[in-house]
Amino acid sequence: MKSKIFLRLSLVYSLAFGGFSYAADNSLSVEIEIPRMNVAEYHKPYVAVWLEDSNRRATQVALWYDLDMKDNEGKKWLKDIRQWWRRVGRKAEQPFDGLTSATKGPGKHRLSIDLDAKHLSSIPSGDYQLRIEASREVGGKEVINIPLFWPPKASDYPKSAKGSSELGNVNIQLN
Amino acid sequence: MKISRPFKVLISMGMLIGLSFNASAHRAWIVPSSTNLSGDAPWVTFDAAVSNSLFVPEHVPLRVKGLKVTDPNGNLIDVENAHTGKYRTTFDLNLVTEGTYKIGYASGGLRASWKDKEGNRKRWPGRGQTANDADFATAVPQNADELQVSQSYRTLETFVTAGEPSNKVFNPSNSGLELVPVTHPNDLFVGETAKFQFIFQGKPAVGVKLAFVKGNTRYRNEQNQIDLVTDKKGYVNVTWPEAGMYLLEAEFEDELAQAPATKRTGSYGATFSVLPE
Repeated sequence: MKSKIFLRLSLVYSLAFGGFSYAADNSLSVEIEIPRMNVAEYHKPYVAVWLEDSNRRATQVALWYDLDMKDNEGKKWLKDIRQWWRRVGRKAEQPFDGLTSATKGPGKHRLSIDLDAKHLSSIPSGDYQLRIEASREVGGKEVINIPLFWPPKASDYPKSAKGSSELGNVNIQLN
Repeated sequence: MKISRPFKVLISMGMLIGLSFNASAHRAWIVPSSTNLSGDAPWVTFDAAVSNSLFVPEHVPLRVKGLKVTDPNGNLIDVENAHTGKYRTTFDLNLVTEGTYKIGYASGGLRASWKDKEGNRKRWPGRGQTANDADFATAVPQNADELQVSQSYRTLETFVTAGEPSNKVFNPSNSGLELVPVTHPNDLFVGETAKFQFIFQGKPAVGVKLAFVKGNTRYRNEQNQIDLVTDKKGYVNVTWPEAGMYLLEAEFEDELAQAPATKRTGSYGATFSVLPE
């Protein structure tokens, strides 16, 4: 299990730092902007990304949270990513293991969704929403919902969306 | 409603000590600091009080005695750091096991009231007393004036969940008025419709009167009470107009009592946290 998590993480990290040019074939590249906040007390937001069908069935994509705090203290606030917690986070089997990384500060962050990954390639085709939820300590919460067809069709991309408070621009490309 | 002060104190003492079945403007409640928790063995702290304003402790505390906590496996567990102050009782709970916990009070049995020869109102069991139905014949004068005997039950509870909501705590005891969730009480969201069933003595309770009031009544002029009644199978649907902490007060009464009682009553109170989208 450990090694699998490590592999997945290393893939995500290399993509995030390396930019589009290293993105694997057959992937969705999602660029998420975390806006800069003019506030006295700033904490990087917790962010969750998942795919959801019309019956609220969710497939985990990514989670950014304080994963390296002592005694797992960072998990105490996962419930505040409210919609994600309801659909994904609270499930006993912890489906987000291996899809997590540390919180990210203001700026644009790229996430690569490997369309060949087992948990994604096995979901039925149809209409979904890509949901991106941010929750910031002593700050606000925001969810962006981006309708998309699964599996992704080249003609639908690029796609973009824009948050109004806790999330900035979101750009999605199909590679 | 004007009530003389000594009588008012008497009513509140009844609520405080026996959770007795008195009509009163006062509302009893238990409010958790959070209802849905994440992380390893999270803690929740609770306020328990009787008050007019929701959820402002401004009248009398609920007592610690009689408080029961059921963990997700159905075991009774203890609260920690219990303290009773002037206006509220507080206590903490460590959610070591993942799932849903039930926290509350449940009591009931035969209740009697009558007038003695001097015209004074008498009650059995007395204030702060718990009674055994078997003692009814010796404790209550059978030919007293205005003797009223009922089988009365009262439940007050709330729910909190660590991780994924579970359902074991909703296994009915078949005593009193009970909530059987179709929608889990720790999975309520604004704009959505929650469905609950009510049972009394284990059977669907038809025509239960329910009143939902959202907290923070101090900061608005209207109570905005939502009044509902259970259907022929004991079900009720409630659509949450706003996010917030709600108090439900439910009352049931029928004539199917066994002698010596002439009526059966059940009251049910619970707090529900409704989350924003």
